[in-house]
Formats: sequence, C-alpha cells, structure tokens
Amino acid sequence: MSMRPDRLFLGLGAAVLLASAAPAAVPSPNLGRPVDPAALAAMDISIPPDGRGLPPGSGAAEQGAAIFAAKCQSCHGAAGVGGPNDRLTGGVGSLASPKPVKTVASYWPYATTVFDYIRRAMPITAPQSLTNEEAYALTAYLLSVDGIVPKDASIDAQSLPQVRMPNRDGFVSWASKERPKAAK
Amino acid sequence: MNHDPDHAAAGGGLLHRRTLLSGGLLALGAGAAAAQDAGIGSGSPTTMKTPGAPFTPYGVPSHFRQGVKRIVTGNPPGRTGVSRTPLEMLEGSITPTGLHFERHHNGVPDIDPDKHALVIHGLVKRPLSFSVADLMRYPMESHVRFVECAGNSGGMIAPEPAQVSAGALHGLVSCQEWTGVPLSTLLAEAGVDPKAQWILAEGADAAGMSRSVPLWKGQQDAMIALYQNGEPLRPENGFPMRLLLPGFQGNINVKWLRRLKLVATPLFTKDETSRYSELMPDGKARIFMLQLGVKSVITRPSFGLNMQGPGVYEISGMAWSGSGRVARVDVSADGGKSWAEAQLGELRPDKGVTRFRLPWAWNGGPATLISRATDDRGNVQPTRQAWLATYAPGQAYHFNAMASWGVDASGKISHVYAA
Repeated sequence: MSMRPDRLFLGLGAAVLLASAAPAAVPSPNLGRPVDPAALAAMDISIPPDGRGLPPGSGAAEQGAAIFAAKCQSCHGAAGVGGPNDRLTGGVGSLASPKPVKTVASYWPYATTVFDYIRRAMPITAPQSLTNEEAYALTAYLLSVDGIVPKDASIDAQSLPQVRMPNRDGFVSWASKERPKAAK
Repeated sequence: MNHDPDHAAAGGGLLHRRTLLSGGLLALGAGAAAAQDAGIGSGSPTTMKTPGAPFTPYGVPSHFRQGVKRIVTGNPPGRTGVSRTPLEMLEGSITPTGLHFERHHNGVPDIDPDKHALVIHGLVKRPLSFSVADLMRYPMESHVRFVECAGNSGGMIAPEPAQVSAGALHGLVSCQEWTGVPLSTLLAEAGVDPKAQWILAEGADAAGMSRSVPLWKGQQDAMIALYQNGEPLRPENGFPMRLLLPGFQGNINVKWLRRLKLVATPLFTKDETSRYSELMPDGKARIFMLQLGVKSVITRPSFGLNMQGPGVYEISGMAWSGSGRVARVDVSADGGKSWAEAQLGELRPDKGVTRFRLPWAWNGGPATLISRATDDRGNVQPTRQAWLATYAPGQAYHFNAMASWGVDASGKISHVYAA
C-alpha cells in the first residue's frame, strides 16, 4: 500500500488533535477522497417528494400505455392487475376494509417514488434501460388508470411533485418513537 | 423415566434449567471385544485404519450432512425472493456464513472491489469517496448482531398453521459476527451539516435498493460491514460492503452499499412505502418503524424433528430483540398453563441471537411447546392474537408473536397456534 505524504501529514495532525481533545478516541486515517461534482450528479438518482433532481423532459399517459403493454404487462398484468408480480392499480379506498388492496394507486404516498422506482429498477430484466421520458410516460399512465391524473395527462419535473396521491396522509411515522431521548 | 420430581420446573415434564442430565446411555459400547492376535484393529472403525482425505483450501460440510442447506423459495422473472436459514438444523448463536438467509430484490451483483467505492454526500461539509482499500485501513469493530427480514415469520398470519419446518417459517433471521468501520467515523470525516436528519442509503444492485436511515442511527451504532464471521462478506450478503444497522429490519441494512446521501427529510423510497411499512386496521400505515421486536423460536424439537419415544430431551431455541439483549426466556410444555425459565447461553449479544435451553422429560403424552422471550428493556413477546389485532388483515411485517409446536402421543410434531 502506497503512503501519500499529504495524507500522512493530515493523518498525524488529526491524531495529535484527537489525542489532546479526547484521549479515548481512535485516530482516523482520514482517507476520504474528494468527489468530482459531475460524477456525483450522475450517481445521485434519488428523487425526493419535492421533486428535486427530476430530469428535464416529459411523458404522456398515452405513450406510457404503449410502453407498459410492451415492457411491463407480462409481469404486472393488463393495466397493472392480474399479473404474476405486484398489482399496481386499483384498490383505492380499500385500506381500512377487511380486504385491503395495496397498490401504487391505493397505497403509495408520493408520485415521485413511482418515477424514482421505475427509472432505477424497472423493467426487472433490464433495469435503468428506460429513458427519462419513458419513465415519465409510464408514471403518467399508471396514475391515469385510477384517475389520479387525467387520461391525457403529460408529466414533467414541475407537475410530478404536484400530484396528490390518494393515500398521501395515510402514513404514521414511527421515526420519533424510536429515536433515543437526547442526553441532557 | 427416572428423574427426581424435585427437578420439575413446570407442568408437562419441564425440568429445572440447571438439572444435570446423566445416566441412561452409559451402557452402550460395552459389548464383547473378542481379543485376537491380530493387533488392536478389531475394536477400531475403518477410519482408524486408512489415512484420511487431504487438506482442502476451503472447508465444506460433511457429505453426510449435505441436507443442511438454505431453503430456497421463489425466483420469478428477475431474481427476487428469499432463501431461509435452516434453523432446526443449527445450534448455538452464530449462523454459518453460507447459511445466512438471503433476500434479494433483483439478484446478487458481482462487484469488483477494486472498482467499487462508497460515496458520502448531500448535507456534509466535504463529499467524500472511500475505496474498499481505504476502508480496510480504518479502525474496525466486531459485533455479534442478528439480521432479520421484516417479513420473517409472516406465514404466521395464515388462518391455519402451515405444516413446515422452523426454518421455513422463521428462517429469515441469521446472526453473525460482523466486522467493519463504524459509520460515525466516516460521517465525522465528511462533516455532517446540522440540517441533516436522515441518510439515504443506496446499494449497487439491479434493484438500486434505497432506504432512508435516521441520522441518529447512523451516528449511534451503524457499521460499514466488510467481514462476516471473520471472512470477507459473501456476495449474497453485500460484498464488498454493506450497511449494518443493529436491530433494524433487514431490508434497511443495505447490501452492496455505494452511496450515502445526508438529507433533511426521508426520501419515501419504494421499499419504505410500498413495502416494509405496516398497515393497521384503521387503514393507516406505520412508516419508519425500523426496530424489530423481541422474539423467540423453539428449534428443537420442532416440525420435522419428531420425538423418539418417552424420555429426557432438551428443548433448544433462539431468542433476540431489536431493542437490546434477551433478559429471559420462558418455556411452556402444556400450552401456556405453566412456564419454566430456560437457561440462556453464554453468548447474550446486544441485538444478537441468544440460545436458550431447557431439559424436558417427555412422558409420551400430548404436549404443546411455547417459548416467550423478554428483553432487557422489559419488552415481552406478544400472543399471536394480540399481534394480529394490532395490524390490518394481510399485514405480515414485524411478526414477533409467540410460536408453538404440538406433540402428539406418537411423538409427531406439528405447527399449532396455541399462544
């Protein structure tokens, strides 16, 4: 393993600082390297509910229907029902019933998740093979099946975060219950 | 049967956990050893008369025990599905590396460690990239921790008890010694912005697995695991590196970890909304309920390991809790009418598996075995009915209720709902 002089210097500096401030702390070798911003942007494929990071372009539900028939239907069934894999549509309003039907339409709180997941992981035999416009179109199509967006809707970076999913307020966060109490 | 009634600890033949088992089997092997003039071989097995097999570069189980394997189910179009740990074939606390359960969402990626890096970015002072070789130079820690899929024991919600083995029912839990770099070290190096509250963790698999992790957990006891049971991670367990979040539902322990993005609010990824959230009867769902409950399972005897006639047996099982250590395990042999405290194994890891054992004098009559674990935070395993009442029909994540095995007069063991 090669030892880079700049790192050696930094590492020793940190060790001395740690040793004086907190004797029990283990000195870190501080080997993290700066990341090229362009490489970082290409890596960051996650889309939060506010839509930051959504790409340019748009996709219409009608185009999405054709893509769905070609690339998705064999697993998810016609219009997202009846396939061997997860049901995607229908079931809206069923969650409190004796037979809850969890689908994208009935259960998922944010439409951004639909785009994020389709784009990163679908179709399962060729993930990340869709263009951004195809991912928008598929999202628009899936949401149009249950009328969450109109049948003639086109979705883009501005409109996607504005979509109100039927179960948007259906989740109770447990995060604060598990967080340890702050030390005084 | 010749056990001192003073050793009874509860009904149905449960003996006190410190009962010394002895006698009974000593007479074996005392057969006639006819002396011959041909040396000493007459009393020896053939293995004492022939040189054994040569050395092997990597050990494998005896060919007499080839059946000790993961229980692989389902592999539809992609490579989604699970393989389960055969719990009833194993003992102790530590799961052998090659028998750790698997849950993949689109197969096991083949990652060249020399081309892989972990990037930490987002709300940090310095976005940083760490190669595998870099991480190998960091101070490491080793901890025995369980990993349990949130869907483990989900079959227990079925109206009728499935007649399958302990592993088939509960085998989405494994426990190993994990070694790696505390995430807190790397976060400190990157410099966490005070606005950060969550960490988006992403894997380099074909599902692009991504989950939102509370920042406190990342700073408390999260690890970038590089080794399991002392050897480099296996591909199916995240090679070359995975996130290990002790006590948290399996899926969030992101394998093949490539990216950690510090953010102010969670991402609501597909695997923390569509899956691994828990629907309740009122139609609302718990989200970010990440810590797993206290739980236990009797692995011996259990379905498929039938009794061999009346006599003394050992009841053996495993207990664990996402909140801490196992404090005690109680066992019933009479369907919950009476309970005896089991002996806990020497290894009682924080958020790891503790083995429990209890001697049992089976009288040959019908019996119902149940175990009930309590952790050091006072959490007690619920009954199945109480657990079911908490959630909506069909909701199977985070099942941690008591499990039961029924023994009939022939010694046949079946899966029953008794608690």
